[in-house]
Amino acid sequence: MAKRVILVLEDGSVYEGYSFGAEADAYGEVVFNTSMVGYQEMLTDPSYAGQIVVPTYPLIGNYGVNEQDFESKRIQVRGFVVREECLEPNHYLSTKTIHEYLAESGIPAIYGVDTRAITRRLRSSGVMTGMITSDKTPQQVLEELKSLPSYGSVDFARQVTTDAPYEWEPDQPDADSSYHIIVLDCGLKYTILRMMSRYGCQTTVVPCTMSAEKILKLKPDGIILSPGPGNPELLDYIVDTVKKLVGKKPIMGICMGNQLIARAFGAKTFKLKFGHRGVNHPVRDLSDGRIHITAQNHGYATDPDSLKDGLEVSHINLNDGTVEGLRHKELPIFSIQYHSEASPGPLDNSYLFEKFLEMMKGNKAEV
Amino acid sequence: MTKPSKVLIIGSGPIIIGQAAEFDYAGTQACKAMREEGVTSVLVNSNPATIMTDEGIADIIYIEPLTVDMVTRIIERERPDGLLPTLGGQTGLNLAVDLADAGVLDKYKVKSLGTSIQTIRNAEDRELFKQLLINIGEPVPESQTVNNLKEARKVAKKIGLPVVIRPAYTLGGTGGGFATTWKELDKAATAGLAASPIHQILLEESVAGWKEIEYEVMRDGADNCITICNMENIDPMGVHTGDSIVVAPSQTLTNKEYQMLRTASLKIIRALGVEGGCNIQFALDPNSNDYYVIEVNPRVSRSSALASKATGYPIARVAAKIAVGKRLDEIPNAVTGKTMASFEPALDYLVVKIPRWPFDKFASGDRVLSTQMKATGEVMAIDRCFEAALQKAIRSLEFSNRSLLWENPKWELGTNINSYPLEPNDLRLWAIMAALRRGITTEEIVRLTKIDLWFIDKLQNIIDMEKQLLSQPLTPELLRQAKRFGFSDEQIGTLADRLPEQVRQLRRNWQIRPVYKMVDTCAAEFDAGTPYFYSTYEQENEAEPLKGNKAVVIGSGPIRIGQGIEFDYCSVHSAWALQESGYKSIMINSNPETVSTDFDTSDRLYFEALDEESLRDILENESETEFSSNACPSIVQFGGQTAINLAEPLSRNGMPLLGSSAEAIDLAEDRRRFENFLGELGIPQPPGAGVTSVDEALGVAKLIGYPVLVRPSYVLGGRAMEIVHDTSELIRYMKLAIELDTKHPILIDKYLEGKEVEVDAIGDGETILIPGIMEHIERAGVHSGDSMAVYPGVNLTEPEIETIVDYTIRIGLALKIKGLMNIQFVIMPSATSPSVYVLEVNPRASRTIPFISKLTGVPIVNVATKVMLGKSLKEQGYSTGLWKRQNLVGIKAPVFSMSKLIGVDTYLGPEMKSTGEVMGIDYTFDAALAKTLLAAGLMLAPQGAILFSIADRDKPEALPIIRQFAKAGYKLYATEGTAAMIEAVGLPVKMVSKKLSEGHPNIIDIINEGTVNGLVNTITGGRTQLQDGFQIRRAATEKHIPCFTSLDTARAAAEALVNGSQSYNAQPLPDYRQKEPA
Repeated sequence: MAKRVILVLEDGSVYEGYSFGAEADAYGEVVFNTSMVGYQEMLTDPSYAGQIVVPTYPLIGNYGVNEQDFESKRIQVRGFVVREECLEPNHYLSTKTIHEYLAESGIPAIYGVDTRAITRRLRSSGVMTGMITSDKTPQQVLEELKSLPSYGSVDFARQVTTDAPYEWEPDQPDADSSYHIIVLDCGLKYTILRMMSRYGCQTTVVPCTMSAEKILKLKPDGIILSPGPGNPELLDYIVDTVKKLVGKKPIMGICMGNQLIARAFGAKTFKLKFGHRGVNHPVRDLSDGRIHITAQNHGYATDPDSLKDGLEVSHINLNDGTVEGLRHKELPIFSIQYHSEASPGPLDNSYLFEKFLEMMKGNKAEV
Repeated sequence: MTKPSKVLIIGSGPIIIGQAAEFDYAGTQACKAMREEGVTSVLVNSNPATIMTDEGIADIIYIEPLTVDMVTRIIERERPDGLLPTLGGQTGLNLAVDLADAGVLDKYKVKSLGTSIQTIRNAEDRELFKQLLINIGEPVPESQTVNNLKEARKVAKKIGLPVVIRPAYTLGGTGGGFATTWKELDKAATAGLAASPIHQILLEESVAGWKEIEYEVMRDGADNCITICNMENIDPMGVHTGDSIVVAPSQTLTNKEYQMLRTASLKIIRALGVEGGCNIQFALDPNSNDYYVIEVNPRVSRSSALASKATGYPIARVAAKIAVGKRLDEIPNAVTGKTMASFEPALDYLVVKIPRWPFDKFASGDRVLSTQMKATGEVMAIDRCFEAALQKAIRSLEFSNRSLLWENPKWELGTNINSYPLEPNDLRLWAIMAALRRGITTEEIVRLTKIDLWFIDKLQNIIDMEKQLLSQPLTPELLRQAKRFGFSDEQIGTLADRLPEQVRQLRRNWQIRPVYKMVDTCAAEFDAGTPYFYSTYEQENEAEPLKGNKAVVIGSGPIRIGQGIEFDYCSVHSAWALQESGYKSIMINSNPETVSTDFDTSDRLYFEALDEESLRDILENESETEFSSNACPSIVQFGGQTAINLAEPLSRNGMPLLGSSAEAIDLAEDRRRFENFLGELGIPQPPGAGVTSVDEALGVAKLIGYPVLVRPSYVLGGRAMEIVHDTSELIRYMKLAIELDTKHPILIDKYLEGKEVEVDAIGDGETILIPGIMEHIERAGVHSGDSMAVYPGVNLTEPEIETIVDYTIRIGLALKIKGLMNIQFVIMPSATSPSVYVLEVNPRASRTIPFISKLTGVPIVNVATKVMLGKSLKEQGYSTGLWKRQNLVGIKAPVFSMSKLIGVDTYLGPEMKSTGEVMGIDYTFDAALAKTLLAAGLMLAPQGAILFSIADRDKPEALPIIRQFAKAGYKLYATEGTAAMIEAVGLPVKMVSKKLSEGHPNIIDIINEGTVNGLVNTITGGRTQLQDGFQIRRAATEKHIPCFTSLDTARAAAEALVNGSQSYNAQPLPDYRQKEPA
């Protein structure tokens, strides 16, 4: 039998299970995700930097890990907590088990845990930090957590962004839009690049620290502000960049990108009680009233009452009414709080990329 | 769109294979939705055993035959402006198309809501559907429709074998098949052409072995689309999804595959333009991302009922609201109460569905599973791992002692994999387990079954646990792990050499108890108020005991022959009666198709197996307060034999019952005790005894004289009941019966071939109320579930009625019945005083409760439940005796699913074979009879031909019936002996040869060529001779023409033909009771 480990939450609750993945301790903000598929995409999504992720679906690892579904070049979560991990996955694309993948990446995980109990706790008390440990007592963990930096005080975007600019190796395109797009990498997911290149775009990824001047020098037709982890209030250096890009080129913001645009226009952001993490969130597009099922992964949201300077709400969440998208009344700028690239999640929102292509087309025609 | 003001809802008619309780669930939800939306609902259905046909569900209820003529009359009378065709299964859909074709919908300006008639055609017509898919770029297997055998051969050559054969416009894949050889092709194509009402079949490239994946999709009028759930069939392509073990959500699909098929589903529902729910089936290559669209059902279905129960999302209710113009984002999610219906459910558990097949009753049936559905019902189980969900589902099937440990003694088990029956069949799962147990590798199993290795690995986990339990000391850790894998206490006891009760005691000592988690549609993301729970072995329990007065209603489990939807009807009414009386109702059931497992039927629902262990666990969970003396009582009278069988174990463990005591139940069910009991009361019963050996049986039979009726005690639907005519037959029967069950004695009774009568009665210890007496059309010897029954007993004399009432009151009082009982009587012809014998007493609700409730207006289950809670009949306004006779006639007729069960003999006997029932109601016997026959599909055309093949001893009795047909202008055909008799009385008759080997046309040709519209065939008795008529009866069944094996039924059909059926009424059910004939 595997080694017994525990997950201790900041509020003192303790969940017992067994170790898999790497045998190590880990701490982070504990969050849950309600998607029933796509654990590989979740593990490699940089927006989970600094977090211990609890999938609510109990059976994880069923189809192994394959070479096609990475969303970044490594595992991004600090720890992984599941009801049951699959020791014997079966899928024609699978190259390793989830245990092997976590172990070789040095990421600890627990199985055999009542993940629904954890979810209920997080839902009612809000997200909190926690630690996976094999040798500490809950008391020791609680002491240690006090001395560790809190999730909201760390600039994770700077940790996960690319070191140097690079061009995405194009996929076989299905369409022939030949725009050059700069993706400002705050923690992007590869599928954004895969989709843009499938539209025929040339895509250059740049670090989130790159200045607006340098970005504009690359002569983009449009700029995508990527998703990313952490507290947007810590990213004023990126907000400054965005301010300088506004009005120069069409901009699409995704997730963190949505918050960056909001802040660039002087709006406020705030932390949600337990965030939105899943692939089933209904969003209303206010322009036509249509409902879209969206993939989401965010812990912060935009305060709609603080919007100004021509920025307005374009999409809202039907569950809790929070802001899910913004657009500018005049400028070619729009953003969404959810993931049009999905992965994991429904493919219903790729129309937004097409909208961005249209925006660039319009902008080019004007110039 | 403008909201309609009055909507006609078409029900699905009788329960048949492929169309079961799921449509009562859907229809009931739709009626409730209409009420919430302020739309008047008019419901038509011929099936009385449904909640949807209850007064108070729909606004206006018609229990009438589902024919174009009848529904046209209803439309004429009610003038609805909308029609909901998508809630009555294939029956509803086909009837809607027929009404449109007949111009009725146009004439009366009735709009098909949600799904237009054109959409139905696009989805149902194979060629149109294929073209639609090609137009939107969705992949379809190569296929072609053909209209005759010659074309079929040509097309099959082009596509290449193997091919799938799918008849157009049939349900449950009726008449479908699979051909790997040319001979099989001829056979399957012929059968398919016959089964299709438009004589059209589709030949399709076979993708047997691919994964079969289904999606449930919803769309509203504003084009918002969502998926509710996807499901993966464990049995790969090639087995009908209704016969497949299914898991939800899919387990082996990556996110990309899941989303690829989800996207295709949305594209298809948009292209079809369905406004409401839709089920889409895909075949997915396990080794690439190639897929095909296989089928679409543009309506709610068995799968959508399963998806509703699997997710908590009420598909039918939402679909009905969409049909009258609501948008998804305007409909609240009834589960969370906070969010809207426009979201996709997230599951944090998985469900396993296993079909319930009827082969325990039809031992001679062909058990191979293919594209033709054979299951009568299904069970679902929920848990947090596959092993446990699967094992709980198997417990829910209620095959006594058939856990996954079971092995067929007939199997030759060894290391040769080919000796295991691993082709698709109802026992395959057990065969796989047996093979794994003997060291055959998982890879070998996958190679032969094409089941995904993921599932087989899980089965291997169960085997590994079995081995640990066999070889290792039972520690708390091991026991907990075994419980997490869904092993029952009984299984653990068998493996670890302990009694089940000892295992339970260990669990108690070690604090290993199930916790109950909620089905909330959202994986705990939101705080939900749904009272819908399942058990699992984990840390946190979410089901705190309900406070205040409460009682458990034990449901009836999967639908099977002998225990059908009527018991769900009773369970639901009992739950409602509890609520009316200020009690919280707690429902326990394992059947996902039903109204009882709708989360808002009761105050709390436990979706669990109906066995001793799970009942005791739940009752302990509900009782475990500081004041544990306040135990939660259970009601066992409404869930058929399943629930009544739990009376003894619950009672033995000190768990209180509401209603008749376990002692009274045992007295009625234990043959010897009951015999003495009746003797003391001076009430006669057919002479007989309970025996346990062959010698004893022969002795008893000699004493009472042949023929004798033999059956096991504790019967269900007359299982294994036979009429035996001589010693050799009796020896054969006894040997088999003892082999099957050694626990209970075999009952032998003198077979009395008299008039059969039954009553349902309510007792409270002082008063016995008899709502009505029913007389069977078929004489004793035909199982009461397969008999036509008439209310009120139109041919009964006053003295006979008095005797029946007297016996019923005396038995009810002496047994101290609190609640319901059903008594079956046989009346022997007698010149002087009536000789009435008691055949059996069932101390519980019977299958006739909904029928008699609807006819008499007495809400039987409601009254009985209140009696159990202590409110006497007197207090409820009833007194002892027979309730006032209604000025109407109601007839119930059984409906069979024989065309789907190859190899099963169709003759009527003491063993029940029907799957469902219909009711005909009118002011006169003739009108009611005509309607009943119409609804049951037994009405003969006004002009035609009929074939007789009558056993010698029945010939004299058959003659008047034959004359009736001649009088009605029917052409007569008959086999040799019967023809001679007909000729002898001077009637024209055409003789046909019974011997199939002696040239053509023989009797089978006459049937196959459509020369005759019906067949009357009585059996000669004795199992060996049955084979002669077997093929004749099967031919009639497969040709879908009525085959009468009882002269009593044939006589009724002939009378209906002669007396005409033109003058029946079409009016709402209550009008028959409350208004005089017009």
